Amino acid sequence: MRRSFQQKLSAWYRGKYDFTLKTADPLQARWKHEYTGKEHKIREMERRELAFSGVLYNILCVLFCLIFIGVLLIAVAFLPAHGSPDNPAVNEVMERYVEEGMDETGAVNTVAGMILDYRAFDTLGESFVLFTAVCAVTILMKNTKKRAPDGTPVPMAVKPGIVEYSKDNIVKTVSRFLIPFIFVFGVYVLLNGHLSPGGGFSGGAILGGALILYAMVYGEDRAAAVFSERLIKTVVLSSLSFYALAKSYSFFTGANHLPSIISTGTPGRILSAGLILPLNVAVGFVVCCTMYSFYMYFRRGRIQ
Amino acid sequence: MLREIFVTLLLAGLVFCAVATAVSRRLMRTVIIFMAYSLIMSVVWLLLEAPDLGITEAAVGAGVTGILFYLALRRIHQFDRDAANQEERVRSDNENGSAKEE
Repeated sequence: MRRSFQQKLSAWYRGKYDFTLKTADPLQARWKHEYTGKEHKIREMERRELAFSGVLYNILCVLFCLIFIGVLLIAVAFLPAHGSPDNPAVNEVMERYVEEGMDETGAVNTVAGMILDYRAFDTLGESFVLFTAVCAVTILMKNTKKRAPDGTPVPMAVKPGIVEYSKDNIVKTVSRFLIPFIFVFGVYVLLNGHLSPGGGFSGGAILGGALILYAMVYGEDRAAAVFSERLIKTVVLSSLSFYALAKSYSFFTGANHLPSIISTGTPGRILSAGLILPLNVAVGFVVCCTMYSFYMYFRRGRIQ
Repeated sequence: MLREIFVTLLLAGLVFCAVATAVSRRLMRTVIIFMAYSLIMSVVWLLLEAPDLGITEAAVGAGVTGILFYLALRRIHQFDRDAANQEERVRSDNENGSAKEE
């Protein structure tokens, strides 16, 4: 009457049997019911079977991991050699980016010229990925009940723990001096994206981090008084639309060989590099608002 | 020479943090070690001459992701506590109910 290994495997495959659980499956329970007289013997058999399948499960896990590691290592072995002249990374596209990038885009920082001019479409997609992530977090975490049935405001989703940052003297004093500098550094990284390392993503992340620090130390209510949900929605949507429209214009003129009214300017100046500076600012706004709304939704389920 | 020692130390720290993230028993410690991993990684990006990535890694990996993980952990623990309270209430209700029946 013992079920063969194959039967068990097919039951497991259909989701009716779990090797790890210490309970018998419904099929086994029925079988046990018919033979109540021999219950003790059956229990012993069951226990042995479960122990065996637990061991089997562990062995299969290790085996699967080893096979996976092997596949990945073989894949690494097929990678081109480091520094070889016929690598796909060493081709005319890369040479062109490095040699002509500054003249064509006007950006001293070649990386910014690449991600916001040559490959601006990728960056647009990334910004929309962030936007989609915010939408998903809003759907999952939003606390739509602003007030309980008896009229009292719904408390914060996460209650303050042992450390109340707004009452901690050290954190509060240090933050008071630090937050303005973080803000200024974020704005600097954002605006100098085409001249020095940095750009939309990093500058926006720094600004978002500063906002989160402000909200943690001075209380969510003070932050929420400045950054309403409506403001964040407006900023994100107008940034994304501006990005899409601006790049549509440059794609349109570029594809039809029309002269663009946006000049690249003198490389090295802050107001140069054509569309890269405004696009950096747009991306930075999107990232900053994304980080801040993530924090607020995780923290209390709503922005306001 | 000095640079090689520094790089070796950084890479060893990277491996150590990666393993410690996986094997650490407490989730809160895992989050903190993960933030340390991101910080080391940002220095490694700088040494690989990718300062753009370094800045982003430091801001996102060590800053924002850690805070989000922390908040998510707090939420999970709160749910756990709520579930435990609920169970406790149900059990005491049942005990009271059975006592009344007797």
